[in-house]
Amino acid sequence: MKKSALFGSVTALALAATGAMAAEGDTLNEVKARGVMNCGVNTGLVGFAAPDANGNWTGFDVALCKAVAAAVLGDATKVKYVPTTGQTRFTALSSGEIDMLARNSTWTFQRDTDLKLDFVGVNYYDGQGFMVRKDLGVSSAKELEGATICIQTGTTTELNLADYFKANGMSYQPVNIDSNAEGEQQYMAAACDAYTTDASGLAATRAAFADPENHIILPEIISKEPLGPAVRHGDNNWGDIVRWTLNALVAAEEYGVTSANIDELAKSSQNPEVQRLLGTTDELGKMLGLDAEWAKRAIKVSGNYGEIFAATIGEQTPIGLARGLNAQWTQGGLLYAPPFR
Amino acid sequence: MVDYPGAASPPFRLSMLIYDRRYRSLTIQAVVFILVMLLASWLIDNTLKNLAIMGKTLSFDFLFRRAGYDIPQQLIPYNSDDTHLRAATVGLLNTLQVSILGCIAATVVGVIVGVLRLSQNWLIARLMTIYVEVFRNIPLLLWILVILAIFTEVMPPPNAYRGESPRASMIMFDLVAPTNRYTAVPAIGLSNPPGTIAIGREGISWALIAFVVVLAGAWLGHRALRKSAKRVQDATGIRPVTWWKVLAMYLVPVLFLTWYFGLHLIPPVLRGFNFADGTNLDNALVVLWLALTLYTGAFIAEIVRGGILAVSKGQTEAAYALGLRPRRTMSLVVLPQALRVIVPPLISQYLNLTKNSSLAIAVGYMDLRGTLGGTTLNQTGREMECMVLMMGVYLLLSLIISGGMNVFNSRVKLRER
Repeated sequence: MKKSALFGSVTALALAATGAMAAEGDTLNEVKARGVMNCGVNTGLVGFAAPDANGNWTGFDVALCKAVAAAVLGDATKVKYVPTTGQTRFTALSSGEIDMLARNSTWTFQRDTDLKLDFVGVNYYDGQGFMVRKDLGVSSAKELEGATICIQTGTTTELNLADYFKANGMSYQPVNIDSNAEGEQQYMAAACDAYTTDASGLAATRAAFADPENHIILPEIISKEPLGPAVRHGDNNWGDIVRWTLNALVAAEEYGVTSANIDELAKSSQNPEVQRLLGTTDELGKMLGLDAEWAKRAIKVSGNYGEIFAATIGEQTPIGLARGLNAQWTQGGLLYAPPFR
Repeated sequence: MVDYPGAASPPFRLSMLIYDRRYRSLTIQAVVFILVMLLASWLIDNTLKNLAIMGKTLSFDFLFRRAGYDIPQQLIPYNSDDTHLRAATVGLLNTLQVSILGCIAATVVGVIVGVLRLSQNWLIARLMTIYVEVFRNIPLLLWILVILAIFTEVMPPPNAYRGESPRASMIMFDLVAPTNRYTAVPAIGLSNPPGTIAIGREGISWALIAFVVVLAGAWLGHRALRKSAKRVQDATGIRPVTWWKVLAMYLVPVLFLTWYFGLHLIPPVLRGFNFADGTNLDNALVVLWLALTLYTGAFIAEIVRGGILAVSKGQTEAAYALGLRPRRTMSLVVLPQALRVIVPPLISQYLNLTKNSSLAIAVGYMDLRGTLGGTTLNQTGREMECMVLMMGVYLLLSLIISGGMNVFNSRVKLRER
C-alpha cells in the first residue's frame, strides 16, 4: 500500500517534470508532430474571440490563430482554442499549455522582459476607455470623481485606472471582477457606475447588450494598449513564424491581396513583392522552416488584415469599430509591415 | 533468545537491522525518511532547474516594489504607491477579518440549529433539517454566487435614492441605505474629539481606547459582583438582586463618555455617485461572510447535534428529576458535557472556513488570494514565489487556529482522576 502510493506520486512527479520540460524546445516541430496548434484566446469577447451558436470559435484574434495554423499545418481547422482569463493567460503560455497567445493582451516592457514572453507584433492598437449609462449624465471621465468602477483583475487596465485617478487627483471605488461576463453582469445591475477596459473590449461588450443605445463610451482614452500575439521567450523560430504570419496579413492588405483574388494573383501578379509574399518566387517560407505557400494559405483562410477586421469588428458588424489607428500607414494609420524580401 | 536480567546481549551485527524485531521498525523508518527526503530534494531541485531554464530565478524582490493597484477593502491605510508586501498584508488582514467574523457567526448559527434540530417541535426540527441538508450538499462557490446575485439584483443601486420621487427609500429613520454595492450606515462622530495616538500610519482615537478600558472595567466589576453574589447565596441560600447594579456598571460610564466626547451619528448622504459621510459596509464582505456562515453553520449544526446525542439520556433525566427546566438542563448539564465531543471536529470546521475564504475573489473581496495570489502574481509574473508564500501563510494561519483551539479543548475535556 505504502509502496504503491509512493510509486504513484513518483509517476505524477515525473509527469509534472516532463510537462515542465515541454515548455522548452522546438515549438514548430512539436506543433507539427501534434498536428494541432494550441492557441490561447479570450474566454468570450464577442468580435475578438467567442464561440458562435454552433460552438465554432470566431473573431479577430481567432482569425490570427487560424492563419498561423494554416501556415504551419496547412489546415486552419487544426487549432485547439484554450480559453484563458486575464489571470491564467501568461502562465498557460509559459508552462507550454498553449503555443501562442492571441488574447487582446497589451504589449508592455515588463511582460516582454520579466515575464519571459515575446510579443511578436501588434494586431490592434487600442487604449483604455470607460463605458457608462447614458442616464448617468456623465460626458467625460473627469466627471467620475467618487464613482464605483468595475475592473478586471490581473490586467494592465487595473494599473492604468489607479494611475489615471491619482494623476487627476480623483478618488474612486474599484469593484474587482474576474471575467468580462461577470463585469457585464455587475455593470448591468448598476453595481458599478462605469466599466473600464480596452475601448475595443467596451465596444464588443456593448454590442452584446440588449440596449446598446443606452450606454456611451466616454471620449477619454487613458492609456496606450498595443494588443498583440505573444509567444514564449527563447524560441525565436516560432516567434518569427507568428510575427511574419501577422505581417503577411497586413502586407496582403497593403498590396491588395484578398481571399478572393489570391489564387489569381499567385499566378499572374507581376509585383515582385506579391510574388515573394505568395511564394511564387524566392520561397521565403523555407527560411522559416515552412514551405513556399505558407503565407498564401494564411491569407486564404479569412482574407487579409482588412478583411478580417471588417468581418469581425469593423463598422458593418454590431461592434462597429472604425479603423482609426489600425488603418494601413498609407491611410494614416499605424499598420506597417516590414518588406518581404 | 533467553531474556533474563544480566544476560549478555549478543554482539551487534548488521543483519540485525533487518532480522531483529527491536531494530527492524527503526530501519524501515530510517529508509522511508531518507526516501521521502530524496524525493523532496529532487522535486525542489527539478523545480529550480526548470525555472532557471525558463530564465526565472527564485526571488522575492518584487515584494518591495510599487504595487500600483488599488484595493477596495482595506483595514490599514493603503494606496497604489505602496509595496506589494503591504498589499499582501492588506489582503491577509481581509482574510483574517472574514474568517474571524465567519467563525463566530457560524458557531452561533451552528449551535442554535443543532439544538433546534433535536427540538420536540416537529415543524422547527424539520425546517432545520432542510437548512442543514440544503447548505451542506451544495458547493460553497455556488452559494457565494447565488447570494451575490441576490444582493446585486434585488438591492437598489445608489442612484435609486436620488430625485424627487426616488424608487428606493432609506430605512431605520432614514439612517440606513442598503444598495447593491454596500449598505450605507451612519458613522460615529465626536464633537469633542480627544486626539489620536499614531500606530504606524493608522491613528487610533483616544475615545475608542477610553471606551474599551471602561467596558473592560465594567466586565471585571460584573465578574466580581457575580462572585460575591454566589458567596452570599452559598452562605445564606438567598441570591441578592444584582441586575440593576450590573446595568448601572455598564451604562453609567458609557453614557458619561458619550456625553463627554459628544458622540453622535453622522447619517450617510447621497453625494455624487455614492453615499458619503457615513460608513459603507461593503457587500463583498457581507456576501462572503453570509455564505461562509450559512455553509459552515450547517456542518457545525451536525457536530453539535452529534455532541448532544453523545451525552447519555440519563443525564437529562437526572436533571429533570432535580427539577431543572429543559432550557437550563440544556445549558447547564448537556451542553458542557457535549462540548468535549464537539470541540475537536469544530477545529476542522474553523480551518475549513478559513481556507474556504479564499473563494473571496468570486465576489471581488480582495483577500490574500486576491492580492498576493491574484493581482500581484499577475502583475509581477512570480507564480512560484507568490504560491509558496501564500501556502506558507495559510499553513501558519491554520496551525495557529488549531493550536489555539487545542488549548481550549484541553481545558474543557474531561479530567480523569
